[in-house]
Amino acid sequence: MPRNRSARVAVLGSPARRTATSSYSSRVSSTLKRRIVLGVLVVVSLALITVYFREPPSGALHGLQGSGAAVLHPFEVGAERVAAPFRDVYGWFRGLVHAKSENGRLRAEVDRLRQQVIQNNTAVQENQTLRDQLAYVDGPRFPADFTAVNARVLARPPGEFDQQIVISAGSSSGVKLRAPVVTADGLVGDVTLVTRSEARVTLLTDGQSAVAAVDLQTKAVGILRHGSGGGLILDRVSKDQVVGNGDTIITAGTQSGALPDLYPRGIQIGQVTSVGQNDTDLYKQIQVSAFVRFGSLDSVVVLKSLKPIRSLP
Amino acid sequence: MTADVVKAAALLFVAAVIQVSLLSAIDLAGAVPNLLLVTLLCVALLRGAIFGAAAGFVAGLLFDTAQLQTLGVTSLLLTVGAYWIGRYGETTGRDRGHAPYLSVFVVTVLFSVGALLLNYLLGVGGSARAVLVDGLVPSLFFNLLLTAPVYALVRRLLPPFERLEAQEVRLLG
Repeated sequence: MPRNRSARVAVLGSPARRTATSSYSSRVSSTLKRRIVLGVLVVVSLALITVYFREPPSGALHGLQGSGAAVLHPFEVGAERVAAPFRDVYGWFRGLVHAKSENGRLRAEVDRLRQQVIQNNTAVQENQTLRDQLAYVDGPRFPADFTAVNARVLARPPGEFDQQIVISAGSSSGVKLRAPVVTADGLVGDVTLVTRSEARVTLLTDGQSAVAAVDLQTKAVGILRHGSGGGLILDRVSKDQVVGNGDTIITAGTQSGALPDLYPRGIQIGQVTSVGQNDTDLYKQIQVSAFVRFGSLDSVVVLKSLKPIRSLP
Repeated sequence: MTADVVKAAALLFVAAVIQVSLLSAIDLAGAVPNLLLVTLLCVALLRGAIFGAAAGFVAGLLFDTAQLQTLGVTSLLLTVGAYWIGRYGETTGRDRGHAPYLSVFVVTVLFSVGALLLNYLLGVGGSARAVLVDGLVPSLFFNLLLTAPVYALVRRLLPPFERLEAQEVRLLG
């Protein structure tokens, strides 16, 4: 009886038979081709990193990147607009979770701040009168001596490394390099790269950022920078200075005439969450919780100074 | 081949725009889902090492341009990652159901470690603990979650090549 077996997939060899030599040589050539492609792409990537890293912001690669970013700009804005309603809904539901407890806390805070506003208004009037009497010459003051460029956030930090965002305003809107960037909550960072239609803002949480800051209540001055674990720390505060939990930290403005600060005095940054010191460290260990929620920035304000910031010779 | 290039370019462009504009705004348990990486790995698995490496290079360049960050960093990582997964797809990973998940799992880990090393070499500060301890597990979870739908879409657009040597035959005897 004849057997009639079938196999669904039986590999009996290639229909076009090749000799062992030709198969071997084609395999070697294919391997070589693969390695050459990989090698070339890796070398080009390394060359790009090196050139980009070494050249100034006005260099050729930065210029190319700016042009590329301008091409991508409409797509990013479009995607941002499509996503905005969904993000708002997400934010709304997320906000509901803590709404009740936050409501009670905010009511108490409003009562406290209402009292403070009355006192502050009196102090402002008194301050203005004294300034007029003394003919006091002052540097740029925030927010009176600044105009604002409002910008949408197009791209947010891709990961832990680059704490930078891309905003939808560039040199064509008057944004300048090193301009301070804020939101209604406080200081965000400064502009570190400007193209015609976009700008890159380095956040306060970036390892490269540092800002002279002062404790609003005790006038203790230090340097606010990125600490380990992603938080902010107020560094270089000597042990003889007083800083308390809950104190508000604001920008200190220019501390040295020869080195004018990028940020004007008086932009709020955050609140002190812990203060410590030990025998071995020269300075206090102060942790600060920023008022700005860097993870959910939608729009920011770039400040343009109306008064020039001059340095002493 | 040209049609494949156009389809892959369109896929990666859309993935890059979504990654930059939408997903980077979603901070879920300290991690951001990496749609661009997952899409690229699916393309590399289905189209091989050379195609994957070239696609990785272009996708990285696009991402670095949109983020206004150092050109070449993401390109380097994605080129090497996609090449490796392309080779896996050409050899042992072929026709394996778990290949996309395994690829995404391994490359997500290596991408994080590679990015950490490269950024340290460039002097860009970053917390190793945040990347490797706090952020890695949620990243893996979200990337693996994206793998099934993304692989299905990429497979539909770039179907696997038919293998000439595998033919259905009838054995007589």
